[in-house]
Amino acid sequence: MNEPLTNGAEGRELIAFRVGQQEFCVNIMAVREIRGWTAATALPQAPRYICGVINLRGAVLPIVDFAVRLGLPGSAPTARHVIIVTQIHNQQVGLLVDAVSDILTLNESAIQPTPDVASDLVKAFVRGLLPVDGRMISVISLDHILPTEERQAA
Amino acid sequence: MDPMAAIRETFFQECEEQLSELEGGLMRMETGETDQETVNAVFRAVHSIKGGAGAFGLEDLVRFAHVFETTLDQVRAGRLDPSASTMRLMLRASDALADLVRCAREGTMPDEAQTTSLAAALKALTNDGMAEGIGAEDDDDGLGDLNFLPLAVAVEQETMPDAGWVITFRPLAALYANANEAALLLREVGMLGPVSVTVDTSSLPDFGDLDPEGAYLTWTIMLQTDCDEAAIRAAFEFVEDDCDLVISRAADRPAEAGLVQVRPDEDAAGVVADVRVLDGDEAAPASSFADIPSDADVLAIIRKAQESVSAPHDDRPVAVGGGAVAPVAAQSRPEARGGTDGPASRSDSGAAVGATIRVDLDRVDRLIDLVGELVINEAMLSQRVMEAGLARASGVAAALDELEHLTREIQDSVMAIRAQPVRSVFQRMPRLVREVAAMTGKQVRLLTDGEGTEVDKTVIERIADPLTHMIRNAIDHGLEPTEARVAAGKPEEGVVKLTALHRSGRIVIEVADDGAGIDRERVKAKAIEKGLIAPDAQLNDEETDNLIFLPGFSTASTVSDISGRGVGMDVVRRSVQSLGGRISIASRPGAGSTFTLSLPLTLAVLDGMVVSVAGHTLIVPLSAIIETLQPQAATVHTLGMDARVVAMRGRYIPLVDVSVALGYRDAPLDADKSVALLVEGEGGVRAVLIVDAIQGQRQVVIKSLEANYRAVPGIAAATVMGDGRVALILDVDAIVSVTRTERLRGDGLRAEPTLSQAG
Repeated sequence: MNEPLTNGAEGRELIAFRVGQQEFCVNIMAVREIRGWTAATALPQAPRYICGVINLRGAVLPIVDFAVRLGLPGSAPTARHVIIVTQIHNQQVGLLVDAVSDILTLNESAIQPTPDVASDLVKAFVRGLLPVDGRMISVISLDHILPTEERQAA
Repeated sequence: MDPMAAIRETFFQECEEQLSELEGGLMRMETGETDQETVNAVFRAVHSIKGGAGAFGLEDLVRFAHVFETTLDQVRAGRLDPSASTMRLMLRASDALADLVRCAREGTMPDEAQTTSLAAALKALTNDGMAEGIGAEDDDDGLGDLNFLPLAVAVEQETMPDAGWVITFRPLAALYANANEAALLLREVGMLGPVSVTVDTSSLPDFGDLDPEGAYLTWTIMLQTDCDEAAIRAAFEFVEDDCDLVISRAADRPAEAGLVQVRPDEDAAGVVADVRVLDGDEAAPASSFADIPSDADVLAIIRKAQESVSAPHDDRPVAVGGGAVAPVAAQSRPEARGGTDGPASRSDSGAAVGATIRVDLDRVDRLIDLVGELVINEAMLSQRVMEAGLARASGVAAALDELEHLTREIQDSVMAIRAQPVRSVFQRMPRLVREVAAMTGKQVRLLTDGEGTEVDKTVIERIADPLTHMIRNAIDHGLEPTEARVAAGKPEEGVVKLTALHRSGRIVIEVADDGAGIDRERVKAKAIEKGLIAPDAQLNDEETDNLIFLPGFSTASTVSDISGRGVGMDVVRRSVQSLGGRISIASRPGAGSTFTLSLPLTLAVLDGMVVSVAGHTLIVPLSAIIETLQPQAATVHTLGMDARVVAMRGRYIPLVDVSVALGYRDAPLDADKSVALLVEGEGGVRAVLIVDAIQGQRQVVIKSLEANYRAVPGIAAATVMGDGRVALILDVDAIVSVTRTERLRGDGLRAEPTLSQAG
């Protein structure tokens, strides 16, 4: 997760989204599409942050409730919620977020390291912080967003 | 993949086809079909493999194919009788050829001893010395040995013999494209008698303009022989459509017309090379012609030379590597036909029947996915139209009907793309039968029927192993030793019959033998000895026969070479079940046994029972369901803390509440307020599954969960329902193996759900 987001190149774009009162962003290259919320089918034995799976043009797409994944309180998704379909390595994963807020142009040098106050969970996903017009936007790495194959307690 | 590797791969794929053609042809010959067409097909298969192998420099393969081809040629010419022993040798040779191809493909070392001894045996069959000469040759001489002598103007009338033939042979580019070589054809003619060959190079373009894969040369062959025209034509038989060929009696043709072609004009571009004049020695032609380099070598040299030519209009012939102008070949690009090669359509005549294309499997899978999506969208659209009250509106209903009809038709057609005849897997069996028969010392005849029956490619790939095992078993355990057969008044030769047919939307494959049938007393004794059944168990014949499917059961009292692989019928049954299939057995003492496999036509689609469980929709594979029932409270008993069993026909069967097992609900349902499914998992383990309700049956398209997520305990795969939502397909094996009514845990499950590979 520590690999450079853009291989050092400036000027790449990021998609910013909102969860609760916080803002996050991911590399636009990892984003395949943005969809409205549709009801997901729950999976047995799934971690709490897995909302379930939806049908994405014939493929079964798992949906991660991004808030719950970061340890924030989740909320029942509504039609106003948004799914950001992302490509992580060879898998596609949908991120359930409140809204997509912005498209930013990355200035790598502007990214500040995640301060020590953050929990381990947050540190696992947040690569750094990006100040934009007085807003603080967390730059997200998606590598560990899905549960690994290791044991999950039921 | 780099282009060369791709071409090589194509060659190997074509080899597979040729090899099955070869084996099929030989088997037909074995049964007495020695008509010219069959023999030719067999010959052509070996010849094509040899040609391709030569192009890729696969020496071992070329050498063996050549010996094989020579022997086949003797059969073709009627000089060798295709007796039973000859045919057996030929079949072994075809196995060896297949091995050599495989070794070449994998880059491993072939079994030298086997190849050498078979080659020797083949040569011994022909035993006229000629094969020896050819077999010992080495085609791989470089251009250095080539003694093309450039002549200013060559052929004088007096060099032509009075008796004999004049053959004008002008290869078209297609000839080279089909992996034939002019040099080999000339050599073949050379075997008929002393020849004098001249080459007319007048149509060669300037060197810089030369298409290395074009065809520019005309060969004139003067042949002294007693053979008739048909014998000469036979040498060109396989290239007849790819060349201009004129054969005439030398005496009938004074130096005019066609022959004048060999007299080039004074332009230096026309060089006539006198290739060689051979003496009349019988053995000489082969060894002499062996010095002709293969066209592939020449092709490479020309390309190289062409690159180094800087002046495009150098009007002197360029000396290439010590040789002169040489034949030009195209090895793998049939589309690359030179402009001077006459009508290209000539080689297309045979392609009209059963034309096929090779398509990347991923593309087909993607298409199937998309069509599945189309079907779902169509269903959603219909539903929306109904909801909007438009169904009765002008023409909407009719248009929707039309759409639905079209969609189904597209779905069927797309599914059919993946369907293949079971022939490809059936064709592997004759070899297996030969090997096992040789190992057991039994005489076995394999009969096959319904090879054209089509089934999904994945199914075909995965039934090969169970079939192999069943046929091995049928010969090793099913058929009696020869003496026992004779004593029982049966023919010495045992028969194993392999049949495929479609029956009610499934494919049924039967493996039948005419052996002794299952020795039920012995099976029962064995099962008791292994503690699989109680000593006083009362079993009917069918139940007894089915004991052989139990894990850990093996009827072989001694572990033989064939069966001692630690694989029993339980493994066969498991692999069949993992394909959504069932296996059954019918046996008559003294008359043999029949194993019957019933398999779905495709793994992409599954027949499922749609059930609801705690508000969720689940699919239970129909192949696992034995029956549905409404349990009565009185038949449900509690065992220990909260485990429950159902009494059914005198047996207690564990009861599994699916909603609890999957963690949808904490408290189990009352059994008598729900619906139960009697299911059977792998190894014949039965359980009664409790669900809330049954919604119906339907075919579902299997979708992988692992592709984007990971394996989920208790769930085999997913599917998309008509409303566009994802429904999960239950992994019956995993559910059944939950012996206590506890929730499935990630650590309590088998590593691979059986359906997972299918999505």
